[in-house]
Amino acid sequence: MDTSGSRDLESLYQQFRLRAEAVSTEVYRLGSRAKAESFAREMMRQEGGTAVWAGSAEPALLVTKERAAAAKVGVTEADLAIADTGSLLMDASLAERRLASTLPEVHIALTPFSGLRETLGEALAGIDPRRARYLAAVTGPSRTADIERVLTIGVHGPVRLIVAFYEEKAA
Amino acid sequence: MNTEFRQSIEDAISNANLTGALARFSEAYRVSRARAYEGIDFEALRAKIADRKGAAAGHLNELAEEFQRNAEALGAKVFRTSDPAAVRDYILNVAREQGARCIVKSKSMASEEIHLNAHLQAGGMEVFETDLGEWIIQLAGQRPSHMVMPAIHMTKEQVAELFSKEVEERLAADIPRLVKVAREELREKFLRADIGISGANIAVAETGSLVLCTNEGNARLVTTLPKTHIAVVGIEKLVEKFDDMLPILQALPRSATAQLLTSYVSIITGPVENLDGSEKELHIILMDNRRTEMAADPVFKEALQCIRCASCLNVCPVYRLVGGHVFGKVYTGGIGTILTAWFDHLKQSEEIQSLCIQCGACRDYCPGQIDIPELILELRNRIKNEEGLKPAEKAIFAIVNHRKVFHGLLRAASIAQKPFADDGMIRHLPLFLSGMTETKALPAIAAEPFRDRFAKIQQPKCVEKAAIYAGCLIDFAYPEIGEAMVKVLNAAGIEAVFPEEQSCCGAPAKYSGAVEAAKAGAEANRRAFAHADVKWIVSACPTCTVSLQQELPRQTVDFSVLARELFEAGRLKLKAAPGTVTYHDSCHQKRALHATEPPREMLREAGYEIVEMFESDVCCGMGGSYSVKMPEVSAQMLERKLTHIRATGAPDVAMDCPGCLLQIRGGLETEGAAPRVKHTAERLAERLAE
Repeated sequence: MDTSGSRDLESLYQQFRLRAEAVSTEVYRLGSRAKAESFAREMMRQEGGTAVWAGSAEPALLVTKERAAAAKVGVTEADLAIADTGSLLMDASLAERRLASTLPEVHIALTPFSGLRETLGEALAGIDPRRARYLAAVTGPSRTADIERVLTIGVHGPVRLIVAFYEEKAA
Repeated sequence: MNTEFRQSIEDAISNANLTGALARFSEAYRVSRARAYEGIDFEALRAKIADRKGAAAGHLNELAEEFQRNAEALGAKVFRTSDPAAVRDYILNVAREQGARCIVKSKSMASEEIHLNAHLQAGGMEVFETDLGEWIIQLAGQRPSHMVMPAIHMTKEQVAELFSKEVEERLAADIPRLVKVAREELREKFLRADIGISGANIAVAETGSLVLCTNEGNARLVTTLPKTHIAVVGIEKLVEKFDDMLPILQALPRSATAQLLTSYVSIITGPVENLDGSEKELHIILMDNRRTEMAADPVFKEALQCIRCASCLNVCPVYRLVGGHVFGKVYTGGIGTILTAWFDHLKQSEEIQSLCIQCGACRDYCPGQIDIPELILELRNRIKNEEGLKPAEKAIFAIVNHRKVFHGLLRAASIAQKPFADDGMIRHLPLFLSGMTETKALPAIAAEPFRDRFAKIQQPKCVEKAAIYAGCLIDFAYPEIGEAMVKVLNAAGIEAVFPEEQSCCGAPAKYSGAVEAAKAGAEANRRAFAHADVKWIVSACPTCTVSLQQELPRQTVDFSVLARELFEAGRLKLKAAPGTVTYHDSCHQKRALHATEPPREMLREAGYEIVEMFESDVCCGMGGSYSVKMPEVSAQMLERKLTHIRATGAPDVAMDCPGCLLQIRGGLETEGAAPRVKHTAERLAERLAE
C-alpha cells in the first residue's frame, strides 16, 4: 500500500505510538521477529501463571477456552496498526486468536512494522470481509466508565495491551 | 400536564446525585468531545454520514434484501420482520430448539425496545446483560437513563449495595474493586452461556457484515464464547457499502464518549468457526418495528440518520437537569422523544416532547445532521392536530393575532398592574401572562409602549430609512431598547420608521404547535411591512428576526449585525469608555442567526472588556412560554446561568435578546449589588460619539 500520498512508516510509527499510549497501550519496537518472540516469552515469565499463544504448537501454550480463561498472558499476531487512532487491526476469524486476545489479563500483539497504516479506511482497503470474517480493531485495553464516569481499565477484556513491533515478515 | 409526569420532573431535579453526576458529565463532555474532533471537519463528516444514512433510509427494503442475500450466502440465518413479538418468539424458539439455558447479552437498544429479556426469562431462560452499566440496571430492575451510559444516575454506593447482594459479600464502594467483581461474576456466565445476543451499530448490505463497538470487550466475548450468536438489528442500521461504515466509525466514538475509536470494533461477516472446528450458528434479525413507516414520512425520515451516539442528550440543557427516567421509555433525550413517538405511539410523546425548550443545541452537535428540535416541533404540531389546541391556547392565539385587541389588552395591563409594580418589575401579571411570575420577577408592562413613544422621537431627515420591528417585548415591556435602536440608526444617518400594523411575530404560536395561528401572524407582518419603503427591517429580538426573515428575507436584519456593518463602513462612531461586561449568547442569535460575534465586536469597540462566562451559549431557560409551562426546569436553567454570570465578576451583562433579558434580569433582580443587565443596543446607544 505504498501510495505516493501515504506517509513513511517512521512518521506513522511516531503517530501510532502517541495515540496508542494515550489510551494506555504499551508500545515496543523490537527489531527482529525473534526478538519480539523472546520479548513475549520474557513478559510471560514476568507475569507468571498460564499463557496461551495463538498458532503455537507448544502444548504449554495451547489455546483452549478453559486455558485462555485462566491465562495471565495471551499472545497473538496483529496484522496491521492504525496510526490515526493508535489501533491494531487483526483478522480474528480463527477462534484461538479471538480467545487469546479477549480472555487473558495481558494481551501481547506481535505486529509487523510494515503493517502500519494511516487510517482505518486504508487498513480495511485491501481486506475482503467475506474472507476475514471476524475483523477486530483493538484500541487500548478493555475499559469502562459506567460507574460514576470514573475510567477503569480492564473489565471483560485484557487489563494490559502490549504491542510488540517487529521488522521482518512472520515465518 | 399529568401530575405524575410533573412529579417525576420535580423528583429528578431535587435528586442531587443525579443532577450532580449529569452536570459534571455534561460540562466535561463538551470539552473532551471538542478535543476528540481536533483536526476533523465535523461539518463535512456529518454531511457524509447524513448522505449515506439518508440514502439508506430511502431504500431500507432493498438494502435489507441485499443484506439477507449476502449474509445467507455465507451461512448466516437472516430473519426479517416488522413485528416485535415475532422477534421475541423467534429468539425463544432458537433457544428452545438448542436446549439452551443461559444467555449472555451485549448492549442492544433494539432488544430493549422490544423488552426481550422479560420474554426470554418468562420462557425459562437465564439472561445476563454483560455491559457493566446494563448489568447494574438489570440487577436494580430499572430502565437505562442514558443510551450510552445506562447507569449514569447511580452512585458507587448504590452499585456496591447491588453487587453485595449479588455476591453475598459486603463490598465497599470502591470502583476498581466493583469492576473486578463484575468481571469475575460475568466471566463465569460468559463461559457457560449457550447463546450470545448482541445488537449492531452498523449493518452493511453489500457484504452482509455487522459492526459492533464496545469498550469493555463484552461484545467480543458474547460473539465468541457461545456457539450461537443472535444479533438483533434495527433496519435503520443498514448502510449500502462497506466503506459507508468509515464516517460512522469516525463520528460515533468521538460524539458518544470523546474517544478516537472505541476499544473494540468487531466486523463480523457470516459465521466463523468455533474452536472445535464446528461452524458458529449465526442468526441475524432485521427488525422493522415502524422504521419503514418512518422512512416513508417526508419529515421524520431524517431521524433514521441517527447513529445512537446520545450527543443530543449530552448537550441538552434540560436532560442534564432531569436525566433519562422522566422520559418513561427505553429511548431518552431529544432523539428518544422522536423514537418513542414512533416506536410506541405519538400520544406517548405528548408529555416528553414538552420538555424540549427549542434551544437548538443538539442540532449543532448531531453527527447524523438531524434537525431534532424541528422534528420535536413537528411532533407537537401533529399532537395538536390530532387533539386540537386547548380552549385557553386558542383564545390566547386568537387574541395575539388580533392586533388591536391584543395591544389593547397590553395597554390595559399596564394600568391594571399598577398596584403590583415595584421598581419597574412586577410579580403578578394579569390575564394569560400570569403564572410566569412564580419563579422570577417580570417586567412591568410599560406605561407607554414603544409605538407611542416612537411618534415623539425627534429624528433627523435622512435619505436612507430603516423600519423597526419591535416585537411584543420591546414594544410593550422594554421600549427603551427600541429607543436605543433609533438613536444608533440616527447616528449612522439612517431614519427609523415604525409601521403601526406590525404585530406578534408568530413564534409563540409556532412553538406551541399552533401552526395556523403562527402563519396568520407572519402574514399580518408581511402585509404591515410590504409598503414600507426602507432598505432594512431591523429587529433586536433574534427570535422575531428568525420568524421575520422567513417572510421578508431580503430586508430583515439583526440589530447588532447591522450596527457592525455600519461601523465597518465608517458610518457609526463610538466613544469608547472603560467597562467590563460578560456576554450571554441567546439561542436564536447563536444557532439560527450565527451572529454572536458582531455584538461582541461592537461592545469591544465601545470600550468594554469582555469576560467570557462558562457555557455562554447554553440556554438561560426562558424559551418564551416554556418558562410558564416548565417553571421548575426553567428556574434551574436560570440558576446555572446566574452562577456563571456571577463567577465572571463582571459588573455588566450584555445580550441581544429581550426574552433572555427578561429571564436574566428577573433572576438577578432579587440581589442587591447585581450585575446590570442590558441589551447590546442600549450599551451602544450610551456610547455614541457626539
